Amino acid sequence: MQRMIAPEISNWPERDLRLVGGACGDCGATVFPIQDLCPRCSLPAVERIELPPAGTLVAWTTQGFLPGPPYLGDETAKTFVPFGVGLVQLGEVIRVEGRLTENDPDKLAFGMEVALTTVPLGTDGDGNDVLTFAFRPL
Amino acid sequence: MTNDVAIIGIGMHPFGRFEGKTAMQMGADAIRAALADARLEWRDIQFAVGGSWEVANPDAIVGLMGLTGIPFTNVFNACATSASATEACADAIRLGKYDIGIAIGMDKHPRGAFTVDPTLVGMPKWYGENGQYLTTQFFGMKANRYLHEHGISQQTLAKVAAKNYRNGGLNPNAFRRKPIPEAEILAAPVLNYPLTHYMFCAPDEGAAAVIMCRADIAHRFAAKPVYVRAVEIRTRRYGAYEVNTTYAPVQEDDAPSVYAARAAFESAGISPTDIDVAQLQDTDAGAEVIHMAEAGLCGHGDQEKLIAEGATEITGSMPVNTDGGLIANGEPIGASGMRQLHELVLQLRGTAGDRQVAGDPRTGFALLYGAPGTAGATIVTT
Repeated sequence: MQRMIAPEISNWPERDLRLVGGACGDCGATVFPIQDLCPRCSLPAVERIELPPAGTLVAWTTQGFLPGPPYLGDETAKTFVPFGVGLVQLGEVIRVEGRLTENDPDKLAFGMEVALTTVPLGTDGDGNDVLTFAFRPL
Repeated sequence: MTNDVAIIGIGMHPFGRFEGKTAMQMGADAIRAALADARLEWRDIQFAVGGSWEVANPDAIVGLMGLTGIPFTNVFNACATSASATEACADAIRLGKYDIGIAIGMDKHPRGAFTVDPTLVGMPKWYGENGQYLTTQFFGMKANRYLHEHGISQQTLAKVAAKNYRNGGLNPNAFRRKPIPEAEILAAPVLNYPLTHYMFCAPDEGAAAVIMCRADIAHRFAAKPVYVRAVEIRTRRYGAYEVNTTYAPVQEDDAPSVYAARAAFESAGISPTDIDVAQLQDTDAGAEVIHMAEAGLCGHGDQEKLIAEGATEITGSMPVNTDGGLIANGEPIGASGMRQLHELVLQLRGTAGDRQVAGDPRTGFALLYGAPGTAGATIVTT
């Protein structure tokens, strides 16, 4: 079986993949993932919304070493390949931190357009193939 | 000056790796050194504040020091733990509750980057499972963006790290005491682009203690008291992009370091241009560069030229991390800020030896910053 890393943070397996966040009905602030109280105005008016599927790269780096627990990736220190990480601005709505499908600093740029996708992460204890969300350069 | 607070004793256990020695034993050594420095006995201490991450009850140290029955409060505030201990100790004296107290920091961390359960800091479990719950990743992203926006080179990051290793070489208490050339720093494996292995500090072990008293009695214990002018702690505001966050708003706000530093300068009635020596949280070389501007010591982007000209060297116009900072000393979380204070007091007393800043420095500034977006700023003067 294939499963998404956390069912509540996206609409996977719908064809038009979107991350799921929250929008405050009072002040309009957007959060990811959804939480009970608005982090800007503290009111409990946060409603579930689907976030825009594409945006621009605001900040980025690479992960050059194997993360420790609770990392779900199947790699070992020997097989690990650095992955890209970025802060992506989705429309004018929110900035989301996520993995990037590109790991070469020479191919990553500030302001680069990227779109939401999924990448295989690893296998969980029940033998499921776990997918996670990531952004790929357009 | 009845409500002023003076530092009259400082003590440190070296930072590094000490097989077979507990954090509490290191803390006791630091306390004994501070007592000797102030020519006091443990029974003279009226209250204590202790900070640590790994030690659940720093107050248990009274079992090693003497069971005098003093009030002892434990504080923990992540990387700003020592600022919280300093503030609590100074404020209790300022309020007139006690005449003499001690602030203590100690820690002993296992090797490697910090990895724990993300839910303990309010983060979802998937954030860790996804390989994003790594503080170094955030520092890589922040440094990369800052360099891009302000025209600062990776070479400058190497200069900062090389300077801190060099200063560590002059500091007998430092963890890393061997100078590392810029070329070697740049050629080291990239942990989080643009930051290489040698541009990061490492978690380690150590302890430090600071004894404070009412300023009007300080002359009894210290030839040259150093005064605690301000301690300010701030958390992140809506709009700040901080370490351990899944998202950020589109509309940006300044980092908590900016607010903590500004509040400390206002509270002390001192301008950043008055600071003679600074200790800035350098989790990585980029953080030192960024914190120079966030603290108000220079403008954003001025660092490239300032660092090239040697301004932040011990011999420069704006000495930063004269004891080697976190890069050379490592980070035992609870003790790190107490180390900064220890160095500032040595510098202001004029007793920092080989790394003494020339020209009789009179004002010192210390900045702590860490997860989950908390900063502490401290100002001391002669």
